[in-house]
Amino acid sequence: MTKTAEKAVEEKLMKDHPLEPYLRMDRIPHIWCPTCGIGTVVSCFIQAVIETATDVDKLCIVSGIGCTARVPGYLKMDSYHTTHGRSIAFATGLKLANPELEVVVISGDGDLIAIGGNHFIHAARRNLDIKVICVNNFIYGMTGGQVAPTTPLTANCSTTPYGNSETPFSLPYLAASCGATYVARWTSLHIRRMTRAFNEVLRKRGFSFVEVIAPCSTLYARRNKLGTGLSLLKYYHDNSEIAHGHDVKDLDIGYQEKIKVGKFIDEDKPTHIDRANVWHTKVFGDRYNWYGPKPPGMEEAK
Amino acid sequence: MTGNHYLDGDYAAAEGCLAAGCRFSAGYPITPSTEVFERLTQRFPLCGGFYIQMEDELGSMAAIIGGSWAGKKSVTITSGPGFSLMMENLGLAVMHEAPCVVVNVQRGGPSTGLPTMVGQADMMQAKWGSHGDYEIIALAPSSPQECFDYAIKCFNLAEKWRTPVLLMMDECVGHMTEKVVIPPADEIEVEERPYTKKKPGEYLPYEVGESGQDLVPDFAKAGDGYRYHVTGLTHDARGYPVMTAECQDETIKRLINKIKLNADEIIEIEEEQTKGAQVVVVSYGISYRVAQPAVDRARAEGIKVGQMRLITVWPFPEKRITELAKKIKAYVVPEINLGQVALEVERCAGGHAKTIPVTHAGGWVHEVDDVYAAIKEAAK
Amino acid sequence: MKFWRTPLDVNKLKIPQGVLYIVKDRCKGCGFCVEYCPKAVLELSPEFNMKGYHPPVAVKEGECVNCDLCETICPEFAIFCIRKEDEEEESSEG
Repeated sequence: MTKTAEKAVEEKLMKDHPLEPYLRMDRIPHIWCPTCGIGTVVSCFIQAVIETATDVDKLCIVSGIGCTARVPGYLKMDSYHTTHGRSIAFATGLKLANPELEVVVISGDGDLIAIGGNHFIHAARRNLDIKVICVNNFIYGMTGGQVAPTTPLTANCSTTPYGNSETPFSLPYLAASCGATYVARWTSLHIRRMTRAFNEVLRKRGFSFVEVIAPCSTLYARRNKLGTGLSLLKYYHDNSEIAHGHDVKDLDIGYQEKIKVGKFIDEDKPTHIDRANVWHTKVFGDRYNWYGPKPPGMEEAK
Repeated sequence: MTGNHYLDGDYAAAEGCLAAGCRFSAGYPITPSTEVFERLTQRFPLCGGFYIQMEDELGSMAAIIGGSWAGKKSVTITSGPGFSLMMENLGLAVMHEAPCVVVNVQRGGPSTGLPTMVGQADMMQAKWGSHGDYEIIALAPSSPQECFDYAIKCFNLAEKWRTPVLLMMDECVGHMTEKVVIPPADEIEVEERPYTKKKPGEYLPYEVGESGQDLVPDFAKAGDGYRYHVTGLTHDARGYPVMTAECQDETIKRLINKIKLNADEIIEIEEEQTKGAQVVVVSYGISYRVAQPAVDRARAEGIKVGQMRLITVWPFPEKRITELAKKIKAYVVPEINLGQVALEVERCAGGHAKTIPVTHAGGWVHEVDDVYAAIKEAAK
Repeated sequence: MKFWRTPLDVNKLKIPQGVLYIVKDRCKGCGFCVEYCPKAVLELSPEFNMKGYHPPVAVKEGECVNCDLCETICPEFAIFCIRKEDEEEESSEG
């Protein structure tokens, strides 16, 4: 192709990228490092939004602070970048004040599980109808590579320079034990399955949790001499086993060891608002107006 | 709930929130403020509101900002220790310009302090508690009736200026039971936030409003199709983070000027016999009620004492204090702390008048004798 | 394609073909698309883009089956694929 023809195609390109209507193109290129996995997660999420024909006007994305928490800044939806760890609490307020909104929290492992751990377990316990996508890169990326509650034993981080001696959380186990109704784990290499998981989550009512293991090239990979994000993707390729429905108690990830991925829990329970509505109706009868949209064919909450 | 009632301050504050149109609350129990939240939980189901007892105050504050963005007037209720926990997210509310109300029923501090006894020692924290430069609006009621009235005022101020507003009650006023008159709904003036009239695509979340004068951007709630982005990072009119000193200067100064330049409209003080006075007693909250008999006694002895009651403690009525300082001998500032608002009074008096604080570490209100002695000292 | 028995609709089977678009200057040379393209259509080109990375280039574009893996896995939104029929339709309309 000649130079001018190439340029013409390139200019045509700028308008044609299929995901562009969902991205804030005035902020692309984004800040994430080369070979970072977060961009992949964003692509899969947008695909899921398209495939489920979700009403984008009612979709709200909430995040805290961190690399993954920059995701809402690039999505062309009502997006809220809040304080460190409080994304789920903020999402709780959004959802309960307007139950018609579809609220998705996309944030990192440190933000959601360390400082935000308390909000995470309570939101799961209450079965709030919010979706949580936790991009787990085993480290605190934005602030320079500190240890996270998911960092595998022996890994090197800036605050564990002699190797991590803290046992990490197994996030699906944590979510399941708190009562999440949908728990899945995928890596950023499992793009089709991750997209399918996001589809299921967007169509589901109840607290849904998807952990996505993604590479952090500049910090986790570099500090532990694991190469680039591509090397980490190869590690996921060689070491991940799909184990749908596996016992959540046995999903730990050792340093550079096997990763069990899949959908572990998918059940239906009445959400927090459902229960409140049912019980208020019992107490007040006709005087009570159902709060929020009525769920499709819901049975009596126990 | 129209009519005459016999309510305590906490319940009156809850009724005030409801009257103002508040329909979302996230709280965490803490003595002595729990009753406000309890009352809201009893009343919300039949008023179309929703509440949630969060797992901590940090979550409560974050949740009400979320509730505010979803379009509901939101309130959270706490006391000293919880107030400290809410500080980070108070800053977020300021940055996001999310209208919300925080009720702080003050108690003895610091730390766990005196959970069931009165204090007024969070007044400086109300202004300076969160990190960074910011302005805040804080009101101090001194009776259950005022708890009701000022709760409505707080919401109106929050909605008009798109800022978090603090209702600084204290345990005494909160647990005091008095007559509260609730007027019919159509007599209560309620303000709404400036919803934008622009279409999606044209709307920028932090573009200064049409009038330009009031520095308050138009609001668009979640789910209306505006697809905006808001962040706690320093941001520009589009809501996008811009990490430059220029943006910081512009944004922070606008946030501060939003309140400061409109302080005259926001500040409310009640003066009584300050004209020609030698001594003026500046008080707020329950201390105002205690100061009154001391003032009466001093007046009976011929001392010309005026009273200034601070309805809005923040923004502080600097201009009036400075102006009055030039005409009087001294200010007397009784408060249930070891000198907080007194510091502000002293600063603004600028040396023209003495400032005599009447301090109390907390746990009970002042003795009338102490305030009276201070007035006599001031009149010398 | 090798079948253990010939499917009945083998004449109707049409393997899709894709046209690749690469936004060269957005690429950060991560190599994900090159590594995981199921038909090994891409390679990192020897030339540099504006940022100094080697963007991918299609060396076997005829073999692209429009699976959209590169489009989804690319963290930079720098590559996408359009089905050849749709592309031809568009260019004939436009």
